Amino acid sequence: MNSQILDQLKKDKILELLKTGKRIDGRSLDEQRPLVIETGVIPKANGSARVKLGNTEIITGVKIQPDKPFPDLGDKGILICTAEILPLADPNAEPGPPNEEVIELARVVDRGIRETEMIDLHKLVLIENKSVIGMFIDSSVIDSGGNLFDACSYASVAGILSCTVPKWEIKDEAPVLVEGVTSKPPIKTLPVSVTMARIGDYIIVDPTKDEESCMDARITITSNTDGNICAVQKGGSDGFTAEQLLQCSETALAVGRKIRKQFEQLM
Amino acid sequence: MVKTMTQLMTEDGIRCDGRRLDELRNISIKVGVLKNADGSAYIEFGKNKILAGVFGPRDVHPKHMANPDSGILRCRYHMSPFSVTERKNPAPSRREIEISKVIKEALQPAVILKDYPRTVIDVFIEVLQADGGSRCAALDAAAVALADAGIPMRDLVSACAAGKVADRIVLDVNNEEDQEGQADMPVALMPNMGKITLLQLDGMLKPEEFKTCMQTALVGCKRVYEIQRKALMEKYFQNGEQ
Repeated sequence: MNSQILDQLKKDKILELLKTGKRIDGRSLDEQRPLVIETGVIPKANGSARVKLGNTEIITGVKIQPDKPFPDLGDKGILICTAEILPLADPNAEPGPPNEEVIELARVVDRGIRETEMIDLHKLVLIENKSVIGMFIDSSVIDSGGNLFDACSYASVAGILSCTVPKWEIKDEAPVLVEGVTSKPPIKTLPVSVTMARIGDYIIVDPTKDEESCMDARITITSNTDGNICAVQKGGSDGFTAEQLLQCSETALAVGRKIRKQFEQLM
Repeated sequence: MVKTMTQLMTEDGIRCDGRRLDELRNISIKVGVLKNADGSAYIEFGKNKILAGVFGPRDVHPKHMANPDSGILRCRYHMSPFSVTERKNPAPSRREIEISKVIKEALQPAVILKDYPRTVIDVFIEVLQADGGSRCAALDAAAVALADAGIPMRDLVSACAAGKVADRIVLDVNNEEDQEGQADMPVALMPNMGKITLLQLDGMLKPEEFKTCMQTALVGCKRVYEIQRKALMEKYFQNGEQ
C-alpha cells in the first residue's frame, strides 16, 4: 500500500499549497499547462495531430471513407471518435478490452465534438439513406500525465481541422474515389473541452496526474465558439455544490476562449 | 399520432405527453421487492420500469479488488433485451458501462464505505422497460435499495433530468423530448447536504440557460426525494410510527 501512503503525502502537500493559492507545478488555479499542437504527423491518415498538454501526449488520426448511414439518420454522415490508452502510456494501463475509465474517456470526447455540432454532417451525404462519408477520429494516449479528457479532445479537434476530405462520385449507386480532388471538412464551430478537479474546497483547471490521484471530484465542460455549453460530464467519487458548478461553467468558457485562439491558427 | 419537432410543445407550453413545463412524470417506488437481495427497490418513472438490488457488504471477488482501508462500491446498470423498441443485444454496451460508472460515482459520496474494509457493496440495476431518463430513475431506485439494505448513508441520492425542448427549459424530459429536443441534463443531488453527485449534459445551452436548467433539475430532485422517503417510510413505518 505504498502508493496509498504516497498519495496521502502528496495530497497533504497539494492541499497545503492550495491554501496559499499555489499548485505543485507553480501554476495558478485556473491556468492550463502549455498546449503544443502539431498536425499532419501521420501522412497516411486524412488528418492527424500530435498534442502535448504538459506531460500528457496524444496522437490522433482521422480516417475518412464511404460508409452506409445509420438506419434512422440517412441524411447525415457518420462521425465516430474513439480514445484508447496504450499500454506504453502508463504503468497501470493494460492491453485488452477497454475498462470503464477508457470507455468514459472515449464517450466524453465523442460527445463534446458531436453535441457542439463541430462538423456539418448533412454535408457528408453521398446518396440519402444509402451512402454517406464516415469520419473516424481515433485518439491514442501515448504518455499519460493527467487530464486525458481535454488532451484527447484537443487532439481530435486538431486532427479534424487538419484533415482533407477526399471526393467520391456516385457510379451505379456506388461511391467511386475521384483521384487528386479533396476539400476542407465542413466545420461549423470549434469545441473546447475544459476539465476541472475539485480538491477540498479548491477548483483547479487541467489537473496533472498527481492532482488527479488526490482529487475529490472532476467536471468536464465543453463549449462552442458562440459560448454555449454543449456537453458536461461529472466524474470522481464525490460531488460539487451548485455554486461550484456555476463557477466551473464560467471558468470553462473563459479558458475555452484562450484555447480556441490556438485552434483558429490551424484553420 | 405523428409527432414532429414542432409538435413537441404547444404554444401555451403543454408538452407532447400533456405535462406542463415543470411537471414530473408519474413516479412510484416500492421498497423490498426482492427476497434474495439484501435491499431492493422497484421504480416506475413514466414508462421506465426498473429494478435495483443490493448485495453486501460481502467478500470481494476477485480478491485483488479489495481495499484494506475501506469498502468498495460496484454498480451494474443493464438493460433487458426487450426493454426498448428494437431488441437490444444483451451484452453490456459502451453506453451501459459508462452509465454504470456515473451511477456508481453518484452513489459513492452518500455511502459510508469506511466502516466496511475489504468488502464490496454490489448494486445491480435492471432496466425492464426504458423511457427517457432511465439513468436518473435507475439511480433513484438504487439509492432506495441501498437504504433498504441497511447500508449506512450520509444522505439519500435523488436524481432527475431537465432539458431544453422547443427553446424552453423543461423538467424531466421523456423519450420523445430526449430524441428530438435540444438538450438533456441528468442531475443527481444529495438533498440534505446540497451536494450534486451527477451532472451530465448533451445538447446546446446558453450560459444562463445552463443555470436555469440545473436549478430546474434540482427542484425535480427534491420532489423525487419526497417520493423516495415516502416509499421507505411505507415499508418501515407501516403503523404510522416515526
